Amino acid sequence: MSDLLTIRDLRVTFDTETGPVEAVRGVSFRLGRERLGIVGESGSGKTITGRSVLRLIRPPGRIEAAEMTFDGIDLTRISEREMRALRGPRIAMVMQDPKYSLNPVMKVGAQLTEGLRLRDRLGAAEARRKAIEALEAVQIRDPERVMEAYPHELSGGMGQRVMIAMMLIPNPDLLIADEPTSALDVTVQAEVLSILDGLVRDRGMGLIFISHDLRLVARFCDRVLVMYKGRIVEEVAAGELTRAKHPYTQGLLNCLPRIGGSRAPLPGLDRDADWARA
Amino acid sequence: MSGAEMKRGGVIAWLREPNPHSRTQARLGQAYLSWLRMRRNPLAMVGLTIVLLLLVMAALAPWLAPHDPYVQDLTRRLLPPGTPGHLLGTDDFGRDILSRIIYGSRITLYIVVLVAVSAPVLGLLIGTVSGYFGGFVDQVLMRITDIFLAFPRLILALALVAVLGPGIENAVLAIALTAWPPYARVARAETLTVRSSDYIAAVRLQGAGAPRIIWGHVMPMCLPSVIIRVTLDMAGVILIAAGLGFLGLGVQPPLPEWGLMISSGRKFLFEQWWVATMPGLAIFIVSLGFNLLGDGLRDVLDPRNSGK
Amino acid sequence: MSVSDTSFRDSRLAFALRQGGGIVLSLAATLLGLLLVTFFIGRVVPIDPVLAVVGERATQAQYDAVREALGLDQPLWKQFGIYVWDALHGDFGQSIRTREPVVDEIRRYFPATLELATLATIFGVIVGVPAGVIAATRPGSLIDQIVRIVGLMGYSMPVFWLGLMGLLLFYGILGWVGGPGQLDAGYQMLMEFELTRHTGMILLDTALNGRWDMFANALSHIVLPAGILGYTSMAYISRMTRSFMMNELGQEYITTARVKGMPEWRVIWVHALKNVMVPLITVVALSYAYLLEGSVLTETIFAWPGLGSYITDALFAADMPAVLGGTVVVGVVFIGLNMLSDILYRLVDPRAK
Repeated sequence: MSDLLTIRDLRVTFDTETGPVEAVRGVSFRLGRERLGIVGESGSGKTITGRSVLRLIRPPGRIEAAEMTFDGIDLTRISEREMRALRGPRIAMVMQDPKYSLNPVMKVGAQLTEGLRLRDRLGAAEARRKAIEALEAVQIRDPERVMEAYPHELSGGMGQRVMIAMMLIPNPDLLIADEPTSALDVTVQAEVLSILDGLVRDRGMGLIFISHDLRLVARFCDRVLVMYKGRIVEEVAAGELTRAKHPYTQGLLNCLPRIGGSRAPLPGLDRDADWARA
Repeated sequence: MSGAEMKRGGVIAWLREPNPHSRTQARLGQAYLSWLRMRRNPLAMVGLTIVLLLLVMAALAPWLAPHDPYVQDLTRRLLPPGTPGHLLGTDDFGRDILSRIIYGSRITLYIVVLVAVSAPVLGLLIGTVSGYFGGFVDQVLMRITDIFLAFPRLILALALVAVLGPGIENAVLAIALTAWPPYARVARAETLTVRSSDYIAAVRLQGAGAPRIIWGHVMPMCLPSVIIRVTLDMAGVILIAAGLGFLGLGVQPPLPEWGLMISSGRKFLFEQWWVATMPGLAIFIVSLGFNLLGDGLRDVLDPRNSGK
Repeated sequence: MSVSDTSFRDSRLAFALRQGGGIVLSLAATLLGLLLVTFFIGRVVPIDPVLAVVGERATQAQYDAVREALGLDQPLWKQFGIYVWDALHGDFGQSIRTREPVVDEIRRYFPATLELATLATIFGVIVGVPAGVIAATRPGSLIDQIVRIVGLMGYSMPVFWLGLMGLLLFYGILGWVGGPGQLDAGYQMLMEFELTRHTGMILLDTALNGRWDMFANALSHIVLPAGILGYTSMAYISRMTRSFMMNELGQEYITTARVKGMPEWRVIWVHALKNVMVPLITVVALSYAYLLEGSVLTETIFAWPGLGSYITDALFAADMPAVLGGTVVVGVVFIGLNMLSDILYRLVDPRAK
């Protein structure tokens, strides 16, 4: 199987006043046209890993990797201009909270069509038609009205659908979804997830699904990476999660309540300083 | 390693300890980190140096000044800079400009200090009372604040000086009366955030009255933001004082106030340029110093604004 | 444009106007306070307004007559009522120096100040906004340091001294610009006879009269004071723009734009700047208002026949009606600009509620 993305020994360092801090410390993985979950608590480096693929770490952060190849393209070497050509049409990202990730003073329509108009040089009517199609694909019923709305006029679930539509318009090969439902009401989480799931399946794109929710990821992905303090501590197939060997993964699993399970207080996570080494 | 170095290293390690053992250590550690951050900002250090130099200059004026700033010598009037004995030249009464600038720093400092201890206190009082009581009191006090904010500062100061008569005390009064509203705003905003906090509720349950709560528990919380604001405002105070002096409404002759000196040099601008230029440079450097320092302080104490 | 779009816009305007109702009410309160302050300054001042009118040698009967005419025999609160009533009708009394209604004089002087402040603001925006944006996109770089230092210098220089230095260098030594005044002396004479004052603004009037020679001369005179005021405005605008821009560039929607593969110029000058514009409106309005203040000192230096010169001249002649009238007008413009920025803010920011 030809790999879509290969990452070997990725390191992301932030230079702070108290010296350099490594947020990601030697992460390696491969990804085909499959769905990969990255799980970890906040600060584990999962978001930074996702953004590194797009080379969207701003100074004072630095990205270093022995290898970072996307579809045969060496991401560590290409110019910013070539990287920009990849962002959008080839690699896209859905971010956590549509309240912050959509431009508050631009109409949804303008944000949806700007890529089409600027990059693909489509006319206004054509771009609008495509944008409306994309909104329909994420099951928005009155796309005409949404096109004219400002982001703050949309609900969270609606906003996240707009975000997904926007990212899928150019039909990318790889989609990174960074906690795409964490900011949403529980009632709409499932809906948004199933929309995302359906689109990714239909179009056969690779997906990196970043979340702190181990069970969600297991249900949604083929394979799961568990990160702790900037390292991958375990890699498991989603179906074999219960057989995970690493104590941290087991700990994460045990902290979750189960319907019909015991009513005893949930166990806390005992951390072992050794996990952070390797 | 010598004993002294060991000791020094020990103190620094104690300051940099990431897990402080006492409140004092935590506070001093924070201050030390702020100082380190500030020291890396060359512009802020320049500002600090200028302000320190101003203090030294004002304190040691009689020893630093080569001449008496008031003695006139009409045989030596309007000498250009670089004349032996008169580094910055002399003015139209033959007085040494350098000496007058050095003595003038005392007047500038006098005004700055008086304004800095009066306007923020008034603002703090109005702001905390307004924020603490809320409702009708808040409405009235904030409306008054808005009215004073609606006046352009210099013009209100002009009108006030016109009533009070020119002079250094009246200039200070006029500046202070126009300078307090921003402090009231800042203090009110801070008060609103602490007013509903649990520890204020705890003090209230202990039976403390409003004056005690405001004085003892609310005001101290507002102080840091007010102090930053004061540092940033000092340059503006210097400029307004100089403006009043320049218009002849502030400090009166023969006192060597810098704005006044510029105005007396205006008559000879094109022939004897230095008479107006030199005191202006002094104002510029000093207020730049305060601005650089205030800017650096804000960067250090409020990391959101830092240039990273 | 679709129908729904215009109706949406209309409702937003209506909303802003409804909000404006509240603004007008607080405006009225502020205005009343403004008049109260000037009223008291006018009463406390140690100049007897009656004596100022009738002169030292008036008889008691004459004195009393004028006192009655000025309403000074009434109780204080009634005097204040009269004062407010008159002020609302544009009556600030008579200038003691010229015996003319203060409001007529202000009407004559104000356009010159407005012209100066407008040119300065335009300069401040055209230079300050791009400078602030560029500084924010390269924090810590050489250009950022330059913008920062040039801005801080603008904050730190006494504007009257800067004016004198400008005159010394550009007029006295280099001779690039005209000196004090609005025109050269020769043109100044001609102006009285040959120029119809449509607006009171020298550049506009010379242009409207088709006197391009005079226009060029006026331009050479206004460029220095406008440039100097513009510099102080630029210092303020560039600093604020930089700080707003830094804030916006850290937002998530900026990352979204980059993820979409938008080029950096579009990320900064469209996505971020559109958001910066919202708070920037207030800053520009405020800087415009501050310019009115800065013009007091600048106008004295450049013998510019504007409101600033009017107020200071009146001050030295102890002409209190003129001083207070001028102060009220500047205060009203100040308040008006604040209100305008409030309304614009609501129109520009779709989130304003």
